[in-house]
Amino acid sequence: MSYQFDFSFLYDYWPDLLAGMRLTIGLSVLSILFGFIFGSACAIARVHGGKTLRTIVGCYVDLVRNTPLVVQAFWLFFGMASMGLKIGAFWAAIITLVINVGAYTTEIIRAGLESIPRGQKEAADCLALRRWQVILYIELPQAVERVYPALVSQFILMMLATSIMSQISVEELTGAAYGIQSMTFRGFEVYVVVAVIYLVLSWLTRTMFEVIARIAFTRRRLRTPL
Amino acid sequence: MTALVTFKDVHKSYGTLPVLKGVSLTVPEGRVVALIGRSGSGKSTALRCINGLETIQSGTLEVCGRKLHEANCDLRHLRMEVGIVFQSYNLFPHLTVEQNVTLAPRLTGKASQAEAHEIARKVLEQVGLAEKAKAYPEQLSGGQQQRVAIARSLAMQPRVILFDEVTSALDPELTAEVLKTIEQLAQSGMTMVLVTHEMSFARRVADEIIFMHQGVVWETGDGSMFDNPQTPELRQFVGSGL
Amino acid sequence: MTFAGLTPNQLLFILQGAGWTVILSLLGFVGGSVIGLPAAVGRISKNRLLRFGIAGYINLIQGIPLPIIMFLCYFGMSIAGFSVPALVAAAVAMTAYCSAYLAEIWRGALMSVPKAQWEAAECLALKPFQRLTHVILPQAVRISIAPTVGFLVQIVKNSSYAVVIGFAELTYTARLLNNSTFRPFVIFSIAALLYFAICYPLSLYSRRLERRLKRG
Ligand SMILES: Nc1ncnc2c1ncn2[C@@H]1O[C@H](COP(=O)(O)OP(=O)(O)O)[C@@H](O)[C@H]1O
Ligand SMILES: [Mg+2]
Repeated sequence: MSYQFDFSFLYDYWPDLLAGMRLTIGLSVLSILFGFIFGSACAIARVHGGKTLRTIVGCYVDLVRNTPLVVQAFWLFFGMASMGLKIGAFWAAIITLVINVGAYTTEIIRAGLESIPRGQKEAADCLALRRWQVILYIELPQAVERVYPALVSQFILMMLATSIMSQISVEELTGAAYGIQSMTFRGFEVYVVVAVIYLVLSWLTRTMFEVIARIAFTRRRLRTPL
Repeated sequence: MTALVTFKDVHKSYGTLPVLKGVSLTVPEGRVVALIGRSGSGKSTALRCINGLETIQSGTLEVCGRKLHEANCDLRHLRMEVGIVFQSYNLFPHLTVEQNVTLAPRLTGKASQAEAHEIARKVLEQVGLAEKAKAYPEQLSGGQQQRVAIARSLAMQPRVILFDEVTSALDPELTAEVLKTIEQLAQSGMTMVLVTHEMSFARRVADEIIFMHQGVVWETGDGSMFDNPQTPELRQFVGSGL
Repeated sequence: MTFAGLTPNQLLFILQGAGWTVILSLLGFVGGSVIGLPAAVGRISKNRLLRFGIAGYINLIQGIPLPIIMFLCYFGMSIAGFSVPALVAAAVAMTAYCSAYLAEIWRGALMSVPKAQWEAAECLALKPFQRLTHVILPQAVRISIAPTVGFLVQIVKNSSYAVVIGFAELTYTARLLNNSTFRPFVIFSIAALLYFAICYPLSLYSRRLERRLKRG
């Protein structure tokens, strides 16, 4: 075996990687943010909504969780394009990711909502709070706190999953890597570098959510160091 | 003297299990009424009917001028005037003591942020926990948590407060501090309905004691009824050492 | 004769893709089990170096997107001098991916066997390996079945990432077909339906197992 590893492409192509990284972070931040909001709304609908609404949300969750993200992305991106709707690859990616992570978030937060003791809701009712106030100020914050670790794991998976959006021509990190390897024929080296970048991004994502937890869940500081 | 709570022949059942079988009683403004009786006699149910946590099947129930037996009764406005304290405190664990107390006044529009802050200071002082305003419930003892729950009710400036065995989960020492708080409240003229197992406390604090048995008001009187029970059931209940 | 505007040949093509998806998933699961089980056991061993080594491996795999792992296997094998079909690269990548997650799932199951059972096994003077195979594993298996079946759904879905190295599983064949027919809604709906047909029964089964386990 006489393969010579050559990482010199980094010198010429690091701006491409940087641009890709920026897109990856953009995709991740937007879809986690909107996915969380959308998933929370769906979880509330799933728990408190009428029968029809509960069924619709249930079907949405089952449908999304039992089909691959790539197929969802292709369906939306190529499908929209075939109907003459040009929403652009970036927004197609965002919509797909939000719908996708929203379904997982729905299930996680639903479990959190269902685990809140009945007495909490009763106490809030007795304080003359409106229904939406009880949900927003009492149930949702406690639910999110309870399932926070599961949410963070899901969000990290989501960040990693943005890598597939290169398949619908979003030039995020993986897309940038593909471009570089097709010009340099240094596929292995390029993907090693990109893998390291993703590892750092995973670590950063986790750290960021730990910081958020420290700020948001103040009382946790009193007991367990995160 | 106006009655804040009036039960007239109230019936209530859970499914096929009748729990209240024609309860009639009144709670006049400014009075302290204690509900006593065996476990399962319907005390909690009666109490929960007063702020609409349970609906009644027949009879009439008027609380603060609202007719709870009518279908269109506005529970939210009722609950602005009726506070309740539970055996299990039910404080909101994700909020500080102060936030627990100010949440309802702020969200219901009863008070602005600044006013709510002032209310919190006042009611926490009243229950002797002003220095715990920034603590979280889990940092407090059971007795302290229960006093915060009382403060939380007080912050809504209710016309009547309901207490459902609020000391049953506490050991004797902590029980004493909570009872002292309630007693001070009674002296301040607050209208209260207490479900309690603390007979000596009921006797000392209550203006009227109602003995419930098998879902009806069996016997009523003041503190002296313990010395001179009129019914064998009350005699037995008193004699059982409670 | 056509179905949803597709010829029988085109339908057969897509079904073939579904077949390869199943095969790739099975390869990933089997490979992942072969590595994941010892990794799970090693993860709770008394040997610190072993524990940390395996934890590092798991964190590594779980911190890199599966498409990148696919690429690494694909290009890595070719520079190592093996000219392998995409199936092999995909299977190796799936093995790496599955092993990390299965190791975590099974470690959780092992750790949820009550401590008293471990101690009891120790008192019976069983050798460490016997303790594991005779006392702990049978109980851990019971606990781990539901999450393992649940993970099968992830495996099937994530096998679609082999599309990046051009392995002709379901997603890739659907994409090829779309390139020639330009009927994306029809084709990707069929693909989604096929994935759903494989995954949903597994999801239901996993959920049922979970409920049964909770009831005791
Ligand atoms: N939510 C409920 N559903 C069904 N039965 C109930 C419910 N709450 C109370 N009960 C029944 O009603 C009866 C009276 O209960 P309760 O009012 O709690 O009595 P007390 O407070 O005097 O101990 C008991 O037999 C109890 O089992
Ligand atoms: Mg009771």
